[in-house]
Amino acid sequence: MADVLAYAEIRDGQAGKAAREVVTAARTVSEELGGSVHVVAVGGVGTAGAGESLGAYGADRIMVAESEELGLYQPDVVTDVVARAAAGEYAAVLFPASAQGKDLGPRVAGRLGRGLATDVIAISTEGGAITVQRPMYAGKATATLRFTEGPAIMTVRANVFGATERPGAGAVESIEIGSAEVRARVTAFEAADRDQLDVSEATIIVSGGRGLQGADHWHLLEDLVAALGDQATLGASRAVVDAGWRPHAEQVGQTGKTVSPNLYFAVGISGAIQHLAGMQTAKVIVAINRDADAPIFGVADYGLVGDLFEILPRLTEEVRRVRQDG
Amino acid sequence: MNTIVCIKRVPDSATRVKIGPGGSELDPAGVKYVVNPYDEYALEEAIRRREAAGSGRVTAISVGTDAAAETLRQALAMGADDAVLLKSVGSTDGFVIAKALADEIASREYDLVLFGKQAIDDDNMQVPQMVAELLGLPCATVVVGLEIDGGRAVAKREVEGGHEVVEFSLPAVVSTQKGLNEPRYPNLKGIMAAKKKPLEEKDIALAASTLELISLEEPPPPAAGRIVGEGADAVPALISALREEAKVL
Ligand SMILES: Cc1cc2nc3c(=O)[nH]c(=O)nc-3n(C[C@H](O)[C@H](O)[C@H](O)COP(=O)(O)OP(=O)(O)OC[C@H]3O[C@@H](n4cnc5c(N)ncnc54)[C@H](O)[C@@H]3O)c2cc1C
Ligand SMILES: Nc1ncnc2c1ncn2[C@@H]1O[C@H](COP(=O)(O)O)[C@@H](O)[C@H]1O
Repeated sequence: MADVLAYAEIRDGQAGKAAREVVTAARTVSEELGGSVHVVAVGGVGTAGAGESLGAYGADRIMVAESEELGLYQPDVVTDVVARAAAGEYAAVLFPASAQGKDLGPRVAGRLGRGLATDVIAISTEGGAITVQRPMYAGKATATLRFTEGPAIMTVRANVFGATERPGAGAVESIEIGSAEVRARVTAFEAADRDQLDVSEATIIVSGGRGLQGADHWHLLEDLVAALGDQATLGASRAVVDAGWRPHAEQVGQTGKTVSPNLYFAVGISGAIQHLAGMQTAKVIVAINRDADAPIFGVADYGLVGDLFEILPRLTEEVRRVRQDG
Repeated sequence: MNTIVCIKRVPDSATRVKIGPGGSELDPAGVKYVVNPYDEYALEEAIRRREAAGSGRVTAISVGTDAAAETLRQALAMGADDAVLLKSVGSTDGFVIAKALADEIASREYDLVLFGKQAIDDDNMQVPQMVAELLGLPCATVVVGLEIDGGRAVAKREVEGGHEVVEFSLPAVVSTQKGLNEPRYPNLKGIMAAKKKPLEEKDIALAASTLELISLEEPPPPAAGRIVGEGADAVPALISALREEAKVL
């Protein structure tokens, strides 16, 4: 019981950041336990190739179920395949804490009759048992939980464990899709009508608040995002979503999304506790606000006090320059 | 159509979290408790469908202590027809809660079981999927759009970069996300009516958990940041801090 199973989320035929991070986390745990990393991937045609690339991140055995019908995430089929794979002797079963992982993990745990820890930010194997830490109360508290029986089933938070290349055996084998009853069928994916990275995936987020004073000032933030490159995206406070300036998909906070990017800009955002709940685990926080007493400065690593309408154009220009110079 | 709505009593989102003397629970002093905000979308959806159909029942179920009766009264005031309190100390292990709910739900007649997508205290985001597994029901989570025609449903669920469209037949489990509807506030008439609506209380024993809560801690206070400067002239200082100190640019 020293092996760890990781669920690799394959999106658009790629083993992206979510898959690489969950395999990296699994590798760390299995090395401590002296076991190996098994990966299970379920998806459309091309999943095997995507899965194979995870050998470079420490996957020893890569189990793949692929078929034309699985191009869209089919929860009932994937639950069945993963639960069968997970029924082996595993110390832990890891999922990414993505939309898909958060839907799937609990289904698999439910099928196996076990508890699941959501959004894990630290895993320890000391003393034989697997112990994890996870935020509760929207990040206002950190819980330590111990699995009293294996496997330790969890979803792991993005951007926490990183993706580190460490070669594994990388042996790909195909496994049965089986004949799970499809109770609910995903029939389509409707892309949001903007081709922008989701806040939960970006490594840099530029969030705007009521201080922007209106939807028509958003080009100031869009310019900064463009200057920061293709890993950057726009975020928003609830005040501006409620005002209809920005879509709910961009909202960061308790009733929006929880994000942990490497860099978070809070521009014209006061820093209400519900907003902080969604972004305070960002690695570096920059606040731009004309009110030096705004609570956002209490969590910011770097603060600029002043008028955002003056600061933003200059910031965009400087970012552009340093990125061009390399 | 009969709908069951699972409701959790949680601390208001503005609560300043203080850990109690046991080291593994919230200090309840001064905390205001509310219906879990996401469960309000579930409840609103159920009530609207009953109102539109002119028939059917909406039953609110909660696993919790005596105090959760007050939360169920709020659900009745919003418009649920009856309520069941499964009395127990509760658990942070979602599977244990899911089992208790599934056992109760299995003994009832229903077409739809609605949940919030997440409880804002434990942030588990797992009970609905687990209940669906335990009952063998179709399940769509994080739903922002729901159409039901006869026994067939089409839901839109929020995922990164867009929506997934999910089709299934009833009975089914759906967990609701902000955007599905605008929940109503209970009015005085609703609050008065709620006092006379049936609220059944049952003592239950929770199953053993495989996931033990050891401690709850306030996260370390953020390392004090610094004000780099004032106005646009401070931008170069910020850029060099981000490049040389934080190494994120
Ligand atoms: C149940 C519940 C859930 C909630 N969930 C969320 C959530 O998920 N996410 C969220 O964000 N909020 C949430 N809120 C709302 C939250 O409490 C705040 O109301 C909201 O975050 C405020 O948004 P804001 O910072 O944009 O606006 P404000 O608080 O109005 O702040 C605007 C800021 O802009 C600054 N400013 C103004 N003009 C300028 C200028 N020219 N230059 C520089 N700075 C300027 C001001 O000094 C001020 O600090 C929730 C509230 C509740 C009750
Ligand atoms: N103790 C409980 N009683 C009733 N419903 C609950 C309880 N805990 C969770 N739920 C339901 O499950 C949803 C998701 O909760 P969770 O998985 O704990 O984040 C909530 O929005 C509720 O609808």
